[in-house]
Amino acid sequence: METLIQQCVNALSLGGTYALLALGLAVVFSVLGMINFAHGEILTIAGYTVFFSIIGAVPPILIIPLALLVAMASAALMERIAFRPLRGASPTSLLITSFAVSGILQMLFQNLISARPRPVPIPAALTGAFNVGPFHIGVIQSLSICATFAMVGFLTLFLKRTMLGIAIRAAAVDFPTTRLMGLRANRVILAAFAISGLLAGVSGLLWIAQRGSVDPLMGFLPVLKAFIAAILGGIGNLTGAVIGGFFLGAIEIGLQAVLPESVQPFRDAIALSLVVLVLLYRPQGLFGAAHSVRP
Amino acid sequence: MPLLEIESLAVSYGPIKAVRDVSLTVESGEIVTVLGANGAGKSTSLQAVVGLLPIQQGRVRFDGFDVTGESTERIVRRGLTLTPEGRRIFAPLTVEENLRIGAATQKSGGDTAQLWDQMMELFPILATRRKQLAGTLSGGEQQQLAIARSLMSKPRLLLLDEPSLGLAPIVVEMIFDLIGRLRQMGLTILLVEQNVHQALDIADRGYVVSGGTVVLSGSAAELKTSPDVQKAYLGHA
Repeated sequence: METLIQQCVNALSLGGTYALLALGLAVVFSVLGMINFAHGEILTIAGYTVFFSIIGAVPPILIIPLALLVAMASAALMERIAFRPLRGASPTSLLITSFAVSGILQMLFQNLISARPRPVPIPAALTGAFNVGPFHIGVIQSLSICATFAMVGFLTLFLKRTMLGIAIRAAAVDFPTTRLMGLRANRVILAAFAISGLLAGVSGLLWIAQRGSVDPLMGFLPVLKAFIAAILGGIGNLTGAVIGGFFLGAIEIGLQAVLPESVQPFRDAIALSLVVLVLLYRPQGLFGAAHSVRP
Repeated sequence: MPLLEIESLAVSYGPIKAVRDVSLTVESGEIVTVLGANGAGKSTSLQAVVGLLPIQQGRVRFDGFDVTGESTERIVRRGLTLTPEGRRIFAPLTVEENLRIGAATQKSGGDTAQLWDQMMELFPILATRRKQLAGTLSGGEQQQLAIARSLMSKPRLLLLDEPSLGLAPIVVEMIFDLIGRLRQMGLTILLVEQNVHQALDIADRGYVVSGGTVVLSGSAAELKTSPDVQKAYLGHA
């Protein structure tokens, strides 16, 4: 029973990180019809921001807001510099461009910072665990879960209550008609990127809090997982992205718990086979695909 | 000076030259209708005027300004908007959200609130459907929502692309009544229609487009009695 609860906490925490990243991919996909594979590098940038803030003796209370701000700004810059000049290009061109952006950033991290992982000291308060009745629950895991739900809640409010949020949802349905409302297309797209940057920043913070280090290539694996989660949920569908993230987290942690030691090396292969199985029966993902029209 | 002046417009839809040579003017306060068969280039012209399709040749002047090649959002902010063919409401958004986004160009909340009240008066059905998803409305209700959404940007000139398309006759009647009311409120309207009878009843002037060019123009009364129009569109021999 105890292990079961603990594994559930682990699954929620890992799944939550995937969910936030998948949500960021889905927000951009819903308005632009493009998967931004450089999304993972935003997570890395958030990590490096924390690393340099600690070196630069930035007051601890400012580190998190700073990292999130830098993450949002870099996502917005990415759109402005790399993607805006390609407005109207085919989704394939945009996809390739996002790979290029990802590659360029990884190379810059390697050459300008270091190819090796840099340690990020995690405050002792975060590394511990606390007891709820008989259960032993990790602080970071709990924080991850809370952060995920807080972000999903924030995003829901943003998308439902603000003009920009409603515009992002409208643009996901029909971009040309959204422009007929007098909404500036570039502003809506920029907002979508900034939101995706914020989500990647939060998942970046959670990710390095678990690893205790940053390295140039750390963004690749989580964004790949998030991509799988987004596909699983139904690409472009925001609810689907969240569910897909949790689903993938549950599969991975579940397999880790039940597979015998000798089969563990094949865990990812088995997890992906399960995903393929789901997609065989529901090629549009668990929640279907949101209709998307490019500007 | 006309409110809208389109001068030898040419627009291509991919490899197809959908509009070859369309020139027309709309004076302030008028209802002008553009008639023509399916594929004559009417919708394409309207989309090009609001910048949703690139203009290949020709000029568009609105309110004395050359708006040729301007972005859609700028043109809409100038007071010229389009209620597109097929309504194009945001189906997964609520009626209220559709209208709110229509008011995206309004600077002050007070203006939006005033427009909102006006729309609720003009379209009482929308008031009762406020929290409903737009996709669940009937065709006629969706058309009203699409028009109301356009009006939320406070246009001076409204381009209406086949507002009666696919609607029951009684609903068509209501939409035409509405267009008349909008004119009384001071709105200038360019109406693309296949319902030739009703369009000519309500319009001051009209143009007939065929094969991407204007083939005939005149007052509504002239067009109604024109043998060409009668033969082609009104079903008289």
